[in-house]
Amino acid sequence: MAVKLPIYMDYHATTPVDPRVLEAMLPYFAQNFGNAASRNHAFGWTAEEAVENARAQIASLVGASPKEIIFTSGATESNNLAIKGVAEMYREKGNHIITQVTEHKAVLDTCKRLEKAGCEVTYLPVEKDGRISLDDLRRAITPKTILISIMYANNEIGVVQPIVEIGKIAKEKGIFFHVDGVQAVGKIPVDVQKDNIDLLSISAHKLYGPKGVGALYVRRRNPRVQLAAIIDGGGHERGMRSGTLNVTGIVGFGKACELCQQEMAAESERLRRLRDRLKDNFFGKLDEIFINGSMEHRLPHNLNISFAYVEGESLLMGINDVAVSSGSACTSATLEPSYVLKALGVGEDLAHTSIRFGLGRFTTQEEVDYVADRVIETVVRLRELSPLYEMAKEGVDISKMQWSASAASEH
Amino acid sequence: MAYSDKVVDHYNNPRNVGSLDKNDPNVGTGLVGAPECGDVMKLQMKVNPQTQVIEEAKFKTFGCGSAIASSSLATEWVKGKTVEEALAIKNTEIVKELSLPPVKIHCSVLAEDAIKAALNDWKKKQASAAEQPAAAAQQ
Repeated sequence: MAVKLPIYMDYHATTPVDPRVLEAMLPYFAQNFGNAASRNHAFGWTAEEAVENARAQIASLVGASPKEIIFTSGATESNNLAIKGVAEMYREKGNHIITQVTEHKAVLDTCKRLEKAGCEVTYLPVEKDGRISLDDLRRAITPKTILISIMYANNEIGVVQPIVEIGKIAKEKGIFFHVDGVQAVGKIPVDVQKDNIDLLSISAHKLYGPKGVGALYVRRRNPRVQLAAIIDGGGHERGMRSGTLNVTGIVGFGKACELCQQEMAAESERLRRLRDRLKDNFFGKLDEIFINGSMEHRLPHNLNISFAYVEGESLLMGINDVAVSSGSACTSATLEPSYVLKALGVGEDLAHTSIRFGLGRFTTQEEVDYVADRVIETVVRLRELSPLYEMAKEGVDISKMQWSASAASEH
Repeated sequence: MAYSDKVVDHYNNPRNVGSLDKNDPNVGTGLVGAPECGDVMKLQMKVNPQTQVIEEAKFKTFGCGSAIASSSLATEWVKGKTVEEALAIKNTEIVKELSLPPVKIHCSVLAEDAIKAALNDWKKKQASAAEQPAAAAQQ
């Protein structure tokens, strides 16, 4: 069967809106356009009802109660609100935050800003497999620690952190636990009760909902978490997030969560099988390739591989009808290779050769096989072009060579 | 990022890929860049010692499409030129020919460095070859 090109295999970046989600949203553009905050007419009531229905769908997916869901513009805002909101609200109690080095920039840069404002932040390192050490975490806790912020699963390498264990430690010590759940919610079971999560950031567009809408779960009891708002205005969302609700987006978000809850078990199993098929294809036909991060503690739809001696951007150019992303410096805005891979101890030379494959709901086996063939054929071709591959085959230890870092290569 | 047609052409049909015998006294080898920086170019040229004309040029490159294209173009340009002419090639000419965007200018600089490194290696070999027979004659 011929596959339809181009192929999208970058589901960690974003996902298409599921047609069923789109269908649920359509009446809320022109027909049911009311403001959910309009308390005294039917237009407002219809919108409010739709919002409350979505709130319940989202809460149900993560084991929360609907009142604990605060709508935002997306997970970047949720992360900002959770971290800045706790830092400000509880500054009398302490000023120390613990996070870790492979977090998303929405967490890292928020923490950096707070450092300038007088907070102290500990950035835990990760082990080679991409997970933090619980001993490191315990040692980092001080009487001044008010928040631990650790992502559920990483966006580049798909590595899942030991969330249950971290949650236990946080609870024991009476420290709030914020989790950036963007990559995990809807894909693997996330339960705020079992995981002892106090704050959880969720994004709609990563789980087949629309862009521009997200949520922050804020625990209401055992313990109750209070947040200082970062957006002032009409006092929507229990005063934590002012601004007219994006009703259409929220309806889509809710529907998307409902579908994830219904289909997660079967979908994750199907994607795990396809992901493993892709991986086995690579390992069967290519030498000198390396998986980045733990294979055991990983999202079922993620694969991140370094194809040694083949620079990532040139590989992407060779598979231009396939949408994936690379940890190569050349593909990033900063011209630095992936900080996540660096944190794992992956050498910069290998970081430049990494490719992230993100499978999703609409990925087919035909697509997986096509992508595998294209990647393998391109890697083989580019290795024929690679002086490093030639040297490696001649037995030269590239890591021990003296490289003439000319002015040109110091970018 | 969109690549220029010429970059795509060199990427899809790289000219003069391969290696020359690095122990040949008439072959100069230039290896520039570093794996950590994401670019390594190996450029080799075989020079006729009588005429100083570059008769063969081969390259292998680890790097992005623009780096591959820059080195592929360099091998095309140096072939048939004298050593002096090849040393006069400027990276800006490569930038112009391939329409490289500002973030890819370093690829052209690397290609210019590779030409110079290869020809310096050749010159060194020529100088030591000129000394050695003399040393051998003294024994």
